Amino acid sequence: MSAQPGILSKQQRSALIDPLFNNNPIALQVLGVCSALAVTTKMETALVMSVALTVVLIGSNVAVSLIRNHIPPAIRIVVQLTIIASLVIITDEVLKAFLFDISKQLSVFVGLIITNCIVMGRAEAYAMQNGPVMSFYDAVGNGLGYSLILLVVAFFRELVGSGKLFGVQLLPLVTEGGWYTPNGLMVLAPGAFFLIGFFIWGLRSFKPDQIEAY
Amino acid sequence: MQRGNGYTIGFALAVCMVCSIFVSGAAVALKDRQDANRVLDRQKKVLLVAGLMAAGDKLPAEEIQKIYSERIAPKAIVMETGKPADASVDPYTFDMLKAAKDPALSEELPENEAKIRRMPEHGVIYEVKNAAGKAEMTILPIQGPGLWSTLYGYIALGTDRETIKGLIFYQHGETPGLGGEIDNPSWIAKWAGRKAFDRNGAVAIKVIKGAAGTPTADPHSVDGLSGATITGNGVTRTVQFWLGSEGFGPYLGKGS
Repeated sequence: MSAQPGILSKQQRSALIDPLFNNNPIALQVLGVCSALAVTTKMETALVMSVALTVVLIGSNVAVSLIRNHIPPAIRIVVQLTIIASLVIITDEVLKAFLFDISKQLSVFVGLIITNCIVMGRAEAYAMQNGPVMSFYDAVGNGLGYSLILLVVAFFRELVGSGKLFGVQLLPLVTEGGWYTPNGLMVLAPGAFFLIGFFIWGLRSFKPDQIEAY
Repeated sequence: MQRGNGYTIGFALAVCMVCSIFVSGAAVALKDRQDANRVLDRQKKVLLVAGLMAAGDKLPAEEIQKIYSERIAPKAIVMETGKPADASVDPYTFDMLKAAKDPALSEELPENEAKIRRMPEHGVIYEVKNAAGKAEMTILPIQGPGLWSTLYGYIALGTDRETIKGLIFYQHGETPGLGGEIDNPSWIAKWAGRKAFDRNGAVAIKVIKGAAGTPTADPHSVDGLSGATITGNGVTRTVQFWLGSEGFGPYLGKGS
């Protein structure tokens, strides 16, 4: 235990870093794809969604982990869902109060974090077995893994689909007197499917051990 | 460890209690801020359609409220006659959409193209004054069906109550890039200067397929959006309904 550099133990570091590439919730576990399709037409919405999901994930993982030894097994999923749903509603209320325009664009998708498989999955698979500190790191790691994909997908969708990044016009559009004809596919949901597909392909060519057995 | 049913039920109750305290706490604590945001958002859209603010502008809240209070005067009217409503209707708080759902405040409509089922007894319109305080525009709220969603918006008419000054949809769920292009400022700009009514006072403005001529040569048509015929038709129906006799026709003194 003594040879660990830095402030985090090896276990904590792997809980934090693994979900980025080795065990990415979207790319390897293929969870939470629905919101990845819906909110990634713009960087701004993708960023807010990422932060919202990470906050909910941290809250639910820590809360579930704290009471994990007291939850009656028969109702554990219901208890997890109650906690997650409450956190999501609070997050939605906060967004409506402080980031009204973005919360209007995210519309139902903040509410749908309740059914996001990543949050449920981490609560059931990790927080039920591990202490609050490790669950915290696991939540941050998985939140970042989700955010990474969302931001990469949103980067390409916004740039190729509307020639903008964070709402700033980088490629002048033909309709506004420029030269760039935006690719309409990218602003529709299939565009995100292709991008996530390419991302998974790239990741698995780079790390062949992620390829599932046939 | 084996625990009884009593423990399970007690645990569930405790979790629910704690969660509900947090949720209701957040809802109550943030309500004022959210309401203020909603009001501000609506004021912003009114300023946008009146051309008092550009689409990309990020003005601070105080600035929006200041321009709004100086230049915009909401007025409550009786929909059926177009006459001003009595003092019981406060134009600042009256919500047409909410009133349309209340059987005591609205009436059922015969089937119509815009699929508006109930019309509130009263409506709120916005008069826009120029810097000198003289009326220069009237803004009317409109809503109707697009392809996937209801379009909610405002249309601005000049003092002749005929020339369109602007149009904006502040809420809709149309396909981004196709029907969603009704948000596109360059399309919205195509409405300005066109005439809503023909010589006989009937609503004539419509979204056509393909490109329309200049406002002087082709005053009653607006360019269609490619790939968004149904949304375009929805815009036509919505605008025609609300400018027509069942909508704001009596107030505008047109359509009979």
